[in-house]
Amino acid sequence: MKPARVDYMRPRSLEAALQLLTTHGPDAAILGGGQSLIPMLNLRVAAPSILVDINAIAGMNEIVNGVSGLQIGAVARHNDVLRSPLVADCAPLLAQALKHVAHEAIRNRGTLGGSLALADPAAELPACMVCLEANIVIVSSRGERVVEASDFFQGIYETALEPDELILRVEIPASNREWRCHFDERARRHGDFAMAGLALMMKLEGGAIVGCKIVYAGLEAFPRRLVNIEDALLGIKLGDDERIDAVIECLGASLDILDGGEYPVQYRLRLAGHLLRNGIGAVGRSVMT
Amino acid sequence: MVVARSRAIAEDALELIEVEWSELPAILSMEAALAPDAAKVHSGASTNLCYEFNHVQGLVNRAFEAAAFKVTKRLRFNRKTGVPLEPRSILASFEPGSGSLVAYMSHQMPHQMQLILSDLLDIPLGDVRVVCPDVGGGFGIKMHVYPEEMAVCAASKILGRPVKYIADRVESMLSDVHAREHVVEASMAIDADGLITAMKVDDIQGLGAFSIYPRSSTAEGMSALRAMGAAYNFEKIEVRLRSALQNKVPVGQYRSVGHPIAVAVTEDLVEEAAFVRNESSLDFRRRNFVRSDAMPWTSPMGVPMMDLSHHACLERLLDLCDYKNVVAQVAAWREAGRVVGFGVASFVEFTATGPEGYGRGGVAVSSIDSVVITIDPKGNADTQCSAAEIGQGIQQGLAQIIADAIGLPIADVRVSMGDTGSAPHGGGAWSSRGAAITGEVAWQAGLKMRSELVRAAAAMLQSQPEQLTIVEGVIIDRSLGQTQIRVSDLARMVYFTPYDLPDGLDVQLTVSHVGGRGGGTFLPTNGIQASLVEIDVASGQVHPLKHWVVEDCGRIINPLLVDEQIRGGVVQGIGEALYEQCKYNEDGQFASGTLADYLLPMAANMPDIIVSHIETPFSGSTLGAKGAGEAGTCAAPAAVLNAVNDALRSFGGRIDELPITPFAVLRAMGEFDEDPSE
Ligand SMILES: Cc1cc2nc3c(=O)[nH]c(=O)nc-3n(C[C@H](O)[C@H](O)[C@H](O)COP(=O)(O)OP(=O)(O)OC[C@H]3O[C@@H](n4cnc5c(N)ncnc54)[C@H](O)[C@@H]3O)c2cc1C
Repeated sequence: MKPARVDYMRPRSLEAALQLLTTHGPDAAILGGGQSLIPMLNLRVAAPSILVDINAIAGMNEIVNGVSGLQIGAVARHNDVLRSPLVADCAPLLAQALKHVAHEAIRNRGTLGGSLALADPAAELPACMVCLEANIVIVSSRGERVVEASDFFQGIYETALEPDELILRVEIPASNREWRCHFDERARRHGDFAMAGLALMMKLEGGAIVGCKIVYAGLEAFPRRLVNIEDALLGIKLGDDERIDAVIECLGASLDILDGGEYPVQYRLRLAGHLLRNGIGAVGRSVMT
Repeated sequence: MVVARSRAIAEDALELIEVEWSELPAILSMEAALAPDAAKVHSGASTNLCYEFNHVQGLVNRAFEAAAFKVTKRLRFNRKTGVPLEPRSILASFEPGSGSLVAYMSHQMPHQMQLILSDLLDIPLGDVRVVCPDVGGGFGIKMHVYPEEMAVCAASKILGRPVKYIADRVESMLSDVHAREHVVEASMAIDADGLITAMKVDDIQGLGAFSIYPRSSTAEGMSALRAMGAAYNFEKIEVRLRSALQNKVPVGQYRSVGHPIAVAVTEDLVEEAAFVRNESSLDFRRRNFVRSDAMPWTSPMGVPMMDLSHHACLERLLDLCDYKNVVAQVAAWREAGRVVGFGVASFVEFTATGPEGYGRGGVAVSSIDSVVITIDPKGNADTQCSAAEIGQGIQQGLAQIIADAIGLPIADVRVSMGDTGSAPHGGGAWSSRGAAITGEVAWQAGLKMRSELVRAAAAMLQSQPEQLTIVEGVIIDRSLGQTQIRVSDLARMVYFTPYDLPDGLDVQLTVSHVGGRGGGTFLPTNGIQASLVEIDVASGQVHPLKHWVVEDCGRIINPLLVDEQIRGGVVQGIGEALYEQCKYNEDGQFASGTLADYLLPMAANMPDIIVSHIETPFSGSTLGAKGAGEAGTCAAPAAVLNAVNDALRSFGGRIDELPITPFAVLRAMGEFDEDPSE
C-alpha cells in the first residue's frame, strides 16, 4: 500500500494553484485534508501525476459571516466547522451532522471542500449543503462561478467540477436561521459512512408544518431534496401520526435507492422512514422545550 | 514475488507483472463443496472432503427415542480473522560467509520457526536464529508457517543480503489465516426430569484451499467438537465433523480455537431446552452442570474434567450482575417499548495443550518449556525461557513466579524470551499456556535456585538448609528472623572470592528446569458470561449495554493481566457476534480487504465488561494456574447471541447466524416478508 510515484506542489497563492490545475488538468489532484485521497493513492485506485496541496493558501479555511450569509472556506477542517460558534448560530445542521462524520483524528484533517468534491453518496456534508440550499463557489483560471448545491452533485462521486477548477468556499444563506433543523443517521458503527442519514429542516406555525426540506444521505446516487414528500407534509400538524405515516409510506415511490450494496433496498427504505418519522418528532419536541 | 529497494518500487514492479488466468469455478460454500457433483478445488482430487471425523459414545439414538424433549438448532458461523495491531513481519538475513540465517519475525513460536526454517531451507539448526521480540498481538494468527515468510528467507539466501517483508493491512486480511466458518446442526435429548441425556452434532467446517502448516486446519473443528456440551453431565454423544475444501484462505488456530462454536451451539440448545420445558435456563443449567464434587469425570467426548466450578461461577455471576435487578430493568424497559435482552453462556475451555495434542500427529511443536535462571553477581535472577511475549504480559507473570519461588524482589528478576540464540527450546505462545506451563516450569526452576542458594548459605553459615529461607533477596534464619546474608553478597562470593566458601561447595548459580504442567492432554477451565443488549428498532442494530464474566483460571498470578485478557477477549467475541466477517463475492474475490470493509469492534461501541473470578487451582500442578487468555473470546459470542434471541423471542423470530446483521435482526422481528436480498 504505497502510492505510485507522484509529484507534489504546495502553492502559496490561489493563482499559482489554479495555474497548476490549468497546466495539468485531469492529471492533477487537489490535496485537501487527504483523508480520502491519500488512502486512494495508497491503494492505487487513484494515480494522478501531480498533487496540488491547497493547505498553504492563506484564507481558504476561514469561517465568516458575509453579506449573503455564512461563508465557509473549502479548507476549513471538519472539527473547526463542528466547533464554530458562527456555524452553531447560522447552520447548526452542520454541527449535528459532523458529529457523525468519521472520528476525531480524521475530522482534524478532513476538509469541507474535500468532502463536497469527493461526493461520496453516503457522506453527510453534501446532503446538508443541499438541505441548506448552499451555494458552492468554484474557481479556476477562467474565473469564479457559483453553483447551487442542488446542481453541484450529479452522481456517485460526480460533481459539476471541471478538472481545472477547485472549490473555494460555500455560502450558506442567512435565511436558514429561520428553520429548525435535525440530522440523524444510522451507521454500522459510530463514525462509519451512513447506511442512511437524513438532513431535515422544518418551519412550523401553530403546530403545523409550513416549510420542509428533506435530503437523505447514503440512499441515492447523490443528495437531492424530496420535493413531493416535502410538499405532502405541508399543513400537517405535528402529532398527526396517521397523516405523517401516510406521507412516509410514499417514500418508496420517491426514492431511487442504490442497489447492490450490503444493505438491501427494502432495508434502507425502512430506515429512511424511521429517520423521517423520528426526525419530525424530534423537531416537534425541540419546539416544545 | 518482487524484491526491491523499497516497498513502493516493489509495488510499481508488481503492476508490471501480468498474469494470465484461466478462470475456474469458485467453490465457496462449504455445503456446496461437499455435494457429489461439485467442482473440485484441487484438480484430480475426487472430493472436496478433506477430513472426516466420527465419534459415538453410548446408545445415542436410543436416548433420543426415549427423550421427553428434543431440541434441534442449526447455526451458521462466518469467517473472521485475528487482526493483530502489528501485522505479520519478517526481516531475514542470510550470511553467505557463515551460511547462517537470522530471522526477526513477528511470530508466536520462535523455536518452531527455527526448526522449520532449518528443515525447509536446508541450514543446520544451530545456524538458524529466530528472534521474536515483543510481538504486537498474535491471537493465533502468528502460529503458522506462511509462504511469504518462507519466500523472504529463501530470497535472502539466494541474494545473500537482508530481505524484509511487513504485511500491510490489505495483505494481512488476504493472507492471515481465517477461522470459524462452520455450519452446525445439533440436537439435545432431555429426559422427563429435565436432565440432558444425549447430544448429536453434525459440523461442517470450511477449511480453505489447503490445510495450514504445521498444525493443520482441522484442529479447529476437532476443538469445537471436544467442547460441545462440555459443561454438562451427560454420557451419550454422536458427533461428526467434515472439513470442506474451498477456494478461500486456509483457516487456522485463532483465539479460543473452535470453542466459541461449541459454546454458541450448546448454549443455544440449553436455552431452547429450558424454553420447551417452560423453566428458567438458569435452573436448567444448575440441574445439568457437572458438579464439582463429581469430578474428576470424563466427558462423553472422552476428555477428563477436573477442578471445574460451574455452579459457583453461575451463582457469582448472578451476584455480580445483580440478577433480580437486571430482570426488573429488562421488564421495565420492555414496558416502555424498548427491545432488550439478557443472555447467559457457560463454557468449558481446554487450555495449555499437552504433548499428545500434536505429538501423536507427528507435528514437531513443543508443549514443553525450558527455563534457565542465572543469579548474576548483583544477585539478580537473569532468566531465559521458551515462552513468547505477544502482548499478553507473560513476561511479568513469569517474573512474579520466579521472584516468589526464589525469594527475590520482583525488580531483581529479569525474564527474557523470544530469541532462539539465547532462549532454550520450548513452546512459545499458544493455547493459553504461559502461566499454566511455562509458569509451572519457572516455578520449579525457581525452587531449584532457592534450594541451591539456601544450601550454599547454610554451608557457609554453618547452619542447616531447613533453618534458612529467602525473603526479598535476603537469606534469613527462620527461627531468629535475622538477616544472615544477602543473595547478592553470596553471588559475589561465588563469582569473585570462591576461596572464602567452604571447600567442595560447588555452588550452581545457573539452574534450569524443563518440563510440562503435568496431567493429561487438555487442561479444562470454565466460566460463565452474560450479556445485556438493546436492539435499535429503526435499524435492527444490536447495542451491547453491559457484559459480565466470571471465570475460573485456577491460581491467578497477576489479576490485572488476567482481567484485561478477559476484557480484550470479550471484545473480540463481541466482534465475532456483531461485526467481523471475511467476505467473498460470488466469483471468490475477497471482499474484506480493508478495515472499512471488515468491521472491527470499536471502543465507542463496547459495553462495560465486569470481570470476576472463582479460583479452583489445577490439582495436577504445584502452581495450580490454568489458561486465561482465551476465556473472554470463548463465550462472548454465545452470550450475545442468547441475549439477542431473548430480545427477539416475543417477536417470534430468532437469529441463527453470526455475525448478527442488522438486517437479520429486523427480519427476525417480522419485517420483510420475503427476503429482499434474493
Ligand atoms: C476512517 C474514515 C472514516 C470516514 N468516515 C466518514 C463519514 O462518516 N462521513 C464522511 O462524510 N466522510 C468520512 N470520511 C471521509 C472524510 O470526511 C474525508 O476527510 C472527506 O471525505 C474528504 O476530505 P479531505 O479534505 O480529506 O479530502 P481529500 O482526501 O484531500 O480529497 C478528496 C477529494 O476531493 C478533492 N478535493 C479536495 N479538496 C478540494 C477542493 N477544495 N476543491 C476541489 N476538489 C478538492 C481531491 O482532489 C480528492 O479527489 C472518512 C474517512 C476515513 C479515513
